[in-house]
Amino acid sequence: MQFVKDRFNYLFNSTKGLILVAIAMIGIVTAIWGMLSGPMAEMGVREVVIKTLGMDIVQAEREGRIIILYHSLAMAIVAIETYMVTGLLKMKSFFKTAINAIITVGYILTMIFGMGFAYFGHNWAFHGIYIFGLSLIFFAGVLLVIALWPWNPEYYITDKDYAHTKSGFDLERAAFFATAVTTVLSALFGAVPGSFFGNGFEVFLAENIIRLPEKSTMEYSVIGHLHIMLALIGIMITLIIGRWLNFKGILHKVAMPLMILGTIVLNLGVWGVVTPFEPIAHMVIYVGATPSMFAALLLLIWDWDKLIKDGTAHIQKPNLGHKLSALVRDPLKFGPTWQMLFMNFTTSGIGIFMAIRLEQIFRVWPAREERIELTGHWHVLSAIIATIILLYYGDMNGFKGKLRQWYGWSIIILSDIAFGAVTVFEMKRLFITEAEQQPLVNGLMYAIDFGLGMLLVILAILLVYRLTDLFKNKGRWVEELEHELVQEVNK
Amino acid sequence: MKRIILPLILLTVFLASCAPVDLNAPIPTFDTGVDSNAWAQIPAGKFHFGQHEDIETTEAYEIMITDVTSSHYADFLNAAFADGYIKIDGEKIVGFYPGDEFHAVKHEEEIKAGNWVYIPLDDPSQRIKFDGTTFTAQEGYANHPMTNVTWFGAWGYCEYYDSRLPTEMEWEKAGRGTDERPFPWGDEILRENANFYSSRDPFEDMSSFGSRTSPVGFYNGTIYDGFQTINSASPYGLYDMSGNVWQWTGDVYEGMHYRFMRGGSKDTYDMDLRLWVRNNATPTYFSPGVGFRCAR
Repeated sequence: MQFVKDRFNYLFNSTKGLILVAIAMIGIVTAIWGMLSGPMAEMGVREVVIKTLGMDIVQAEREGRIIILYHSLAMAIVAIETYMVTGLLKMKSFFKTAINAIITVGYILTMIFGMGFAYFGHNWAFHGIYIFGLSLIFFAGVLLVIALWPWNPEYYITDKDYAHTKSGFDLERAAFFATAVTTVLSALFGAVPGSFFGNGFEVFLAENIIRLPEKSTMEYSVIGHLHIMLALIGIMITLIIGRWLNFKGILHKVAMPLMILGTIVLNLGVWGVVTPFEPIAHMVIYVGATPSMFAALLLLIWDWDKLIKDGTAHIQKPNLGHKLSALVRDPLKFGPTWQMLFMNFTTSGIGIFMAIRLEQIFRVWPAREERIELTGHWHVLSAIIATIILLYYGDMNGFKGKLRQWYGWSIIILSDIAFGAVTVFEMKRLFITEAEQQPLVNGLMYAIDFGLGMLLVILAILLVYRLTDLFKNKGRWVEELEHELVQEVNK
Repeated sequence: MKRIILPLILLTVFLASCAPVDLNAPIPTFDTGVDSNAWAQIPAGKFHFGQHEDIETTEAYEIMITDVTSSHYADFLNAAFADGYIKIDGEKIVGFYPGDEFHAVKHEEEIKAGNWVYIPLDDPSQRIKFDGTTFTAQEGYANHPMTNVTWFGAWGYCEYYDSRLPTEMEWEKAGRGTDERPFPWGDEILRENANFYSSRDPFEDMSSFGSRTSPVGFYNGTIYDGFQTINSASPYGLYDMSGNVWQWTGDVYEGMHYRFMRGGSKDTYDMDLRLWVRNNATPTYFSPGVGFRCAR
């Protein structure tokens, strides 16, 4: 009994244990439910999975199922980010315990009962528990906001390396706070139309109504909700990575006010779509996104500069080769910011390109092509955030030497192959006709499936390793039980 | 050696991706036995419309039981060319369209009265051939749906024969009947029901040219050289209301220049074959996966 109690205590009462459980849950859901769509569907795997697991699904309810699937995955990611925040930032232990406990119960209920409702017959008790799980996550978010309250003098800082006001008000903490507050408010932004449309089961996917010139307030709210939640998850992981890497110095002092400003303006723009300011909401969104992205760029510049300086400290006059070698010598420290940069080639840059050439692209392409671009765009953005989490998690595992290199570079290279191929797939109509596209599509699909499939294999190996570790009396889990993330922040 | 395995694999995939496609590869020919000149009677009354099954009503109307075929369209072009209804403009067939009311709504583009493209003649996947005097359907494609036709080309065809494109409501009612089914034949879809992406029909080869159209009415329960189909007609007897080609519909909505298509196609996953799924494009759009049928 003590054996189980100790493991349970690690998995649900330590930051790294909680992160491991959430990653495992996401990995299982991704592996199983990934087999229900292309290319597994074409190969007949979908039918086998449905029969084997006894799923009860009908074509007519696809939209509702997918919405629950997305929420189940997203809530686990939100939980992971929350664990990281509570593990990295100072806060009262009561809040840390309460937030972690509530969000854990919340996302697990959301995932198990949400997926149970959506894919295994419509037990309405399950649906109620799913909603209850989401509510718990919301409540955990409110607690996080209170715990992060940056005006508490206890959290004021004096270290000149970090952004703060003359009185000591911690601007990085304020950026975390702003992101948490706006996330909670933006969750409401989705909950209201969710309740509205849920009462009568009129679910829809946002990508299917993009071209309708007249949209209802509730429809705008759904579209705004999904965009802003993903953006906020992206902003939060950027702040987390910055904290882990110990982002500081002049760039930190510039970046943090920008991050606060960007987050607030971005949210105001998104919320504005349901107000009379809708016609200028997009402009406000662009204005808000710019400082946020610039702040992330400053983090990247600082990180790369630090990696190069640390890696060439022993060389008197390092040349370009030395610098490049230093930059990439640690994939787990280089990877997160590289993925943020790569994101610009696969999502942000593509979005801007599409917007500039609107008349030649979306005004000409059929809606279905636009839908491919839009869904590919945010799938890649979500997956990039997931790879950044995995890279950080690799460091949490204490991987060293070749293992660290293999793990880190595999995640970077495999995911970037897949994301690059998705991007070409989205843009293919610019350079190939529908009639001639099949060989290209096949090649891109192989690249996507190879990249993502191998990534899942690596995740599976990691999880098996962690599972076997749990059977050891003095496994890594014992060490992690007492080890908090804040202790591993770069010196 | 180990280090070059991955790059070699990637290079092989890349080269395979650049392989040219033979758009005129031989295609099996089958007589489906379905009369593509037949029309179905749709009674007036209520039906379930859209994903959320709103109750709507239509008047009585007739609608073609199959898509307009390449052969039909070639006959139309010959007749219309002879009496000046259409013209050849470079490598395009054009015809007159009276234009739409313009409301200057955001993203709306003005559709003025004038000559608009009906079909391109120079598209490599065009199945209508023109020898300078006569239009003919490409060999093997005579009983396949007419594709690579713009909304104007579909509108012009129906107008020429004193009919019209069906409205979205008419189209959906004809495919769905009066119950809530998502597919013309019922609740679920099998590969033997329709021509969709990777449905393993005799016309596709996913390693080279991918999906191709199937003859109209192909999924009628017949066995074709060992390929068993399921009779997938709609409650009113229409074929190919799910899959094969997207079908232009006739609605012109205020504030939009886009025209809507229904039915999914050989290039889409099964989810897009549900009867309420909508696609849309600018009316000059044409594709090897888009066709139409008429109503009256």
